[in-house]
Amino acid sequence: MRELKRVVPAVVAAFCLSAGVAMAGTLDDVKAKGFIQAGVNGELFGFGKPDEKGVWRGLDVDTARAVSAAVFGDADKVKYTPLTAKTRFTALQSGEVDVLTRNATQTLSRDTDLGLDFVQVNYYDGQGFLVPKKLGVKSAKELDGATVCVLPGTTTEQNVADYFRVNKMKMKPVVIESNAELAKAFFAGRCDSLTSDASQLAGIRAVAPAPADYIILPEIISKEPLAPAVRHGDNQWKDIVNYAVLAMIEAEELGITSKNIDEMMTSTDPRVQRFLGLTPGNGKALGLDEKWAYNIVKQVGNYGEVFERNVGVNTTLMIERGLNALWTNGGLMYSPPFK
Amino acid sequence: MTNIGIIGWMKANLFNGWFNSALTLLVAYLLWLSVPPLVDWALVNSSWLPSGEQCTAGEGACWSVVTANIRFILFGFYPHDLQWRPLLAVVILIALLFYSQNRNHWRKSLFYAWMVGLFTMGLLLKGGLFGFASVESNLWGGLPLTLLLSVFGLTAAYPVGVILALGRQSEMPIIKSFCVVYIELIRGVPLISLLFMSSVVFPLFLPEGLVINKILRAQVAIILFTAAYIAEVVRGGLQGVNKGQYEAADSLGLNYLQTMRLIILPQALKIVIPPSVSILISAFKDTSLVVIIALYDLLKTTQTTLSDPKWMGYSAEAYIFVALIYFVCCFFMSNYSRRLERELDTGL
Repeated sequence: MRELKRVVPAVVAAFCLSAGVAMAGTLDDVKAKGFIQAGVNGELFGFGKPDEKGVWRGLDVDTARAVSAAVFGDADKVKYTPLTAKTRFTALQSGEVDVLTRNATQTLSRDTDLGLDFVQVNYYDGQGFLVPKKLGVKSAKELDGATVCVLPGTTTEQNVADYFRVNKMKMKPVVIESNAELAKAFFAGRCDSLTSDASQLAGIRAVAPAPADYIILPEIISKEPLAPAVRHGDNQWKDIVNYAVLAMIEAEELGITSKNIDEMMTSTDPRVQRFLGLTPGNGKALGLDEKWAYNIVKQVGNYGEVFERNVGVNTTLMIERGLNALWTNGGLMYSPPFK
Repeated sequence: MTNIGIIGWMKANLFNGWFNSALTLLVAYLLWLSVPPLVDWALVNSSWLPSGEQCTAGEGACWSVVTANIRFILFGFYPHDLQWRPLLAVVILIALLFYSQNRNHWRKSLFYAWMVGLFTMGLLLKGGLFGFASVESNLWGGLPLTLLLSVFGLTAAYPVGVILALGRQSEMPIIKSFCVVYIELIRGVPLISLLFMSSVVFPLFLPEGLVINKILRAQVAIILFTAAYIAEVVRGGLQGVNKGQYEAADSLGLNYLQTMRLIILPQALKIVIPPSVSILISAFKDTSLVVIIALYDLLKTTQTTLSDPKWMGYSAEAYIFVALIYFVCCFFMSNYSRRLERELDTGL
């Protein structure tokens, strides 16, 4: 027993030590190994998922590629680690991944207790309900006594419980592990309603045997700011990831796209010149090449391009910009000035 | 009434007494209820084209989910243009396995054939030599990964298990206690936790900069795990061998190694063929647990495909396809074990 008492602290110390080593300067670590290890979803269409050729696609994947473009000048120096909802934060804490771009909702407790730092939100989501038309329900407030299909281990599960409690309604949750099975159970009639992030509902409805038989209820019952995360305490790395996301937003606001960026190099607008690194300063401040923002937009695109390519109205998900429009168009996407 | 021909056979086997007749009719009715709709669903009304456009309209199975994604399901992230390489590697592996099942082929040349075969497979998968482009092992996935983990896991685990079983029978206290502790420790934890240890905890103990391949770590975990179970099965066989056999070997003046190799193990291993094959089959299926350490085996690539909204509704078809692959492999193993039992049967 006494042996054990001596061994355990030693092991714990070894853990902390190795974690400490890994935390010293993520930027240097990343540069030394030559690639960024990004934690992604792996099974979420539109956000992080390999296509039929095994190429990673999605909004979160493009966010990781933007960081890679900023650091290496090459968007393809990313290796992806697919993570489940349960393993994602541990993987970041233990140093297995350098950045977590896995549709994680920023919350106070995650930001503090878990030793993470969330950066600029790359997608504003919210939770909604999908119901069959024949249920005759027009509002989520009429769902008293309903069985609700929901994914476990997410904020979704908690939100729906809170919502029903606040509105003094009863519900029976049906908890199913994967999105595909969840949709299947719902369409087979195992539950009256399916709840998930609004970004998913349109896609789920699209796979129904008869999509017109289902409606999405108007209520959005939660705030889900999905943001990339990094380990707490490495401020330089946090700045880089943060401004990689912001650069895509700023580029859209400045009207710079991956197509017109080379013409924009001749622009006389001082904001554009600063953004593209023609007037130096931003790159040096972040510890990056002056052309970091140019590389992001050239290789990955601005936020609008990334959004439309992965989740926009022309994709299966058919999502409107909504809250994710620029602030100038009534959305929430707002970048501080790049100077 | 005739007693020969089809009618005679039916009378003897299907309508032998009122109870059996009733059972026959009931089974026939159930088959009639279930088989035609199944055939309709799986074959007649099904759609096979990769575009999957008829799937939403058709009543039948949508095999398009498999045909459209077959390359990702089978080979995962392996670069698209190079996928002939893992395909060839799998073909070589299967050919070698088929050739080796006949015991008449167990000669030295077979050993060399395996050496060459293994080297070629390694070269095809990894590349980096003789002008083959190098492919990192974190891109390996799908069927090659499943076969790799199981074939090598099982082949390596078996001898380790035999040695552990012998160690547990040993009279030398250190070896004996080591084997007992090892076996009980490994059997006391689930495979998932071993995989987690190998992928998350183990790297923390390595010196800075030393990285051991993730697949290799999973492979070792599977070997360690399966070996412990094999060891217990083999121990059962060792104890099942008549004590007289040990004494006979002693009186012939054989030493320990000779006794084991010539007298005891051949008999013991023969007795335990059925339970060891059970373990091998379940270990083969357990390899799908590697998904939790983010290795994309056959099952995981299929699940990933199903998360695309376009294919989300057709999980039954995709899972049936994967189940067929698993079934073929497991059926092959159990079939082979029965054949071995028959061939080795000495009537004792």
